[in-house]
Amino acid sequence: MAAALDILGGLLLVAGTTFLLLGGLGLVRMPDVYNRIQAGTKATTLGTLLTLAGAACLHPDWAIKLLLIGLFLLFTNPLSSQVLAHAAHRMHVATTPATEVDLLDEETGEEA
Amino acid sequence: MADALITFAAVLAGLAFLLAMYRFVRGPRTFDRVVAFDVMTIVSITGIVLGAVVEERVVYLDVALVYALMSFLGVIVVARYLERGL
Amino acid sequence: MDVMPIGRMRSAGASFVLLMLFWVMLNGSLASDVLIVGAVASAAIALIYRDGLSIFTEARWTPAAIAATFGYIGYFLKELVKSNLHIAAVVLDPALPVHPGIVKVHTRLKSRMGRLLLANSITLTPGTLTVAIEDEWLYVHWVTMEAADQEEATRQIVAGFESYLEVMYG
Repeated sequence: MAAALDILGGLLLVAGTTFLLLGGLGLVRMPDVYNRIQAGTKATTLGTLLTLAGAACLHPDWAIKLLLIGLFLLFTNPLSSQVLAHAAHRMHVATTPATEVDLLDEETGEEA
Repeated sequence: MADALITFAAVLAGLAFLLAMYRFVRGPRTFDRVVAFDVMTIVSITGIVLGAVVEERVVYLDVALVYALMSFLGVIVVARYLERGL
Repeated sequence: MDVMPIGRMRSAGASFVLLMLFWVMLNGSLASDVLIVGAVASAAIALIYRDGLSIFTEARWTPAAIAATFGYIGYFLKELVKSNLHIAAVVLDPALPVHPGIVKVHTRLKSRMGRLLLANSITLTPGTLTVAIEDEWLYVHWVTMEAADQEEATRQIVAGFESYLEVMYG
């Protein structure tokens, strides 16, 4: 039984770090800041949560502290991405030419 | 078996860190570097958790939590700074 | 010293419970010295920051709201996994099929915490990232934009989470 939990924990660790790797790949391949933030924030959030779950399977007595780290990341990770995206947009960091519409740009342009 | 999986996970996390580092070096803008830095710190948190599992030391998890807090505050402060100076 | 109004007292009390909970989780111990230090610190912070922390105490504690919270967590986790598979599919595709856009969506939520959770949830759901919140309007970056039209975008991005958050926070 304990051995099965160990294997499950190991698999969760691998699954989590796979998502981290995909996030890194997205960071390299995506064409502009906003798309990079998207790839970075989503992949690292799920990747880290899965890693924490894996660690909890390997050490069940750590579960509460791992849950606390997970909750904290779940709250702060998207928030820092939003602050960063907002700042980038305020500083007129260009979107990729593939971008179809930018309603925020149009409206702030009218107000100015 | 579980040990092999942990090693494999550490390799994947290391590769993720290298990819983020590539973006950090290449930029081209400061914002790209901040995003890359954010991803690098979060990958490091995973690294610390893996370290805690391997070394069987629960104290490392406190380090991970403080590290997460610092990375969050760091990104917020840098974003604020880039937006309108300190 | 003047008497604190009931509403603020309740909000300070809720902050105290929340801070105490975090303290105990962080320590992983129920020893009496840990509890005493935690209680003193939590009480001090809850009283000093009773206005600033009120954002954490806007939740309703009705049975319907608690049921909605569980529904929300389930829906959120499902969307988070979908979101990662979506971004993985985009990143692993050699053609990199991105056609992004920043769209404007509307929310019916009034409370600050409700809107914050909505913005965070949007950021973690398939292909969307909240760029700005202005009152009841949210500006959302969408990697694979499907609708620039405000009503259609609101229906696709906001509606799923809003139905839960509306019961939880209003």
